[in-house]
Amino acid sequence: MGKIANEVLVEKLAGRFGDQVMPLNQDFGLLAVETTKELITDVLAYLKQDEELKFIFLTDITAIHYPELEKSIGVIYHLHSLTTNTRICVKVFLTADNVHIPTATNLWEGANWMERETYDFFGVVFDGHPDLRRILNVDDMTVFPMRKEFPLEDPNRIDKKDYFFGR
Amino acid sequence: MSDIQLVDAPAGVEGQGFFATSLDKAIGLARANSLWPLPFATSCCGIEFMATMASHYDLARFGAERISFSPRQADLLMVMGTISKKMGPVLRQVYLQMAEPRWVMAVGACASSGGIFDTYSVLQGIDEVIPVDVYVPGCPPRPEAIIDGFMAIQKLVQTESSRRRNEPKYQELLAKYGIQ
Repeated sequence: MGKIANEVLVEKLAGRFGDQVMPLNQDFGLLAVETTKELITDVLAYLKQDEELKFIFLTDITAIHYPELEKSIGVIYHLHSLTTNTRICVKVFLTADNVHIPTATNLWEGANWMERETYDFFGVVFDGHPDLRRILNVDDMTVFPMRKEFPLEDPNRIDKKDYFFGR
Repeated sequence: MSDIQLVDAPAGVEGQGFFATSLDKAIGLARANSLWPLPFATSCCGIEFMATMASHYDLARFGAERISFSPRQADLLMVMGTISKKMGPVLRQVYLQMAEPRWVMAVGACASSGGIFDTYSVLQGIDEVIPVDVYVPGCPPRPEAIIDGFMAIQKLVQTESSRRRNEPKYQELLAKYGIQ
């Protein structure tokens, strides 16, 4: 089995979901498609269970924050088909006031920790997750540190300059 | 003359067949020359400490041959490396499990001040959770610097009054950290 061409992927997804799954770009040959949170479970299940595609390996779930966009928080799924060595990236964009998305743990057990990490750093709430706790940061933290809502460090401070540390 | 260097006897009264000194000094001498360190090594400074323990620098010369991995028998807690906020309670528990008298040495920029990790997840110096006796600067400090810090600890141990740990001032210090 060779690598599946991106055009074939786009065609198959369009045939199954119509204009509900839109191709975004193909940077570095990796196809990225956008969908909605209502459809994400169906899209992932289709990609995983389709006889030809077989995207059985969930590489990663993460998120991204674009403060300037109306739908500022994107949840990103990377899938890998081990049989055809094809990769695909699925994105869902959410508004900051309602960051809820259905969990992927019923498709992949491995999604458990990935979703906990995404919740920990971006505050994305995965509905239906069996145990949505912080995974890396301290439990009593109230902020989501990877969101771009914190002021940058004062560039003029000198108390951590190299020469204080013998470097 | 041999090359063997002996530790000087403390100040005292000497005569034929006897030597009298204060109990403080005798105990200080014994403690300072058999410190049992507990290495709490989390990152690069820990590697530097391994070099300090190895044959070339040989921390065993100072009576620190027995590295105590049980806090109960340790005198000196050597914190080497970045302590994240999540590690803070663990470090504190190790400190609480050590028996008095106990000393703490913060080795390297991270343990002393958070170092380059000026971040939401890193403790900006271990003195936020436990009292510290000696800070060793450097990133990472060379073994010589660690030995220098160790000798500074020895000086503290040698001159410490045996009543110091019962004084109200010391109790106040511990109370500041919420201990007892």
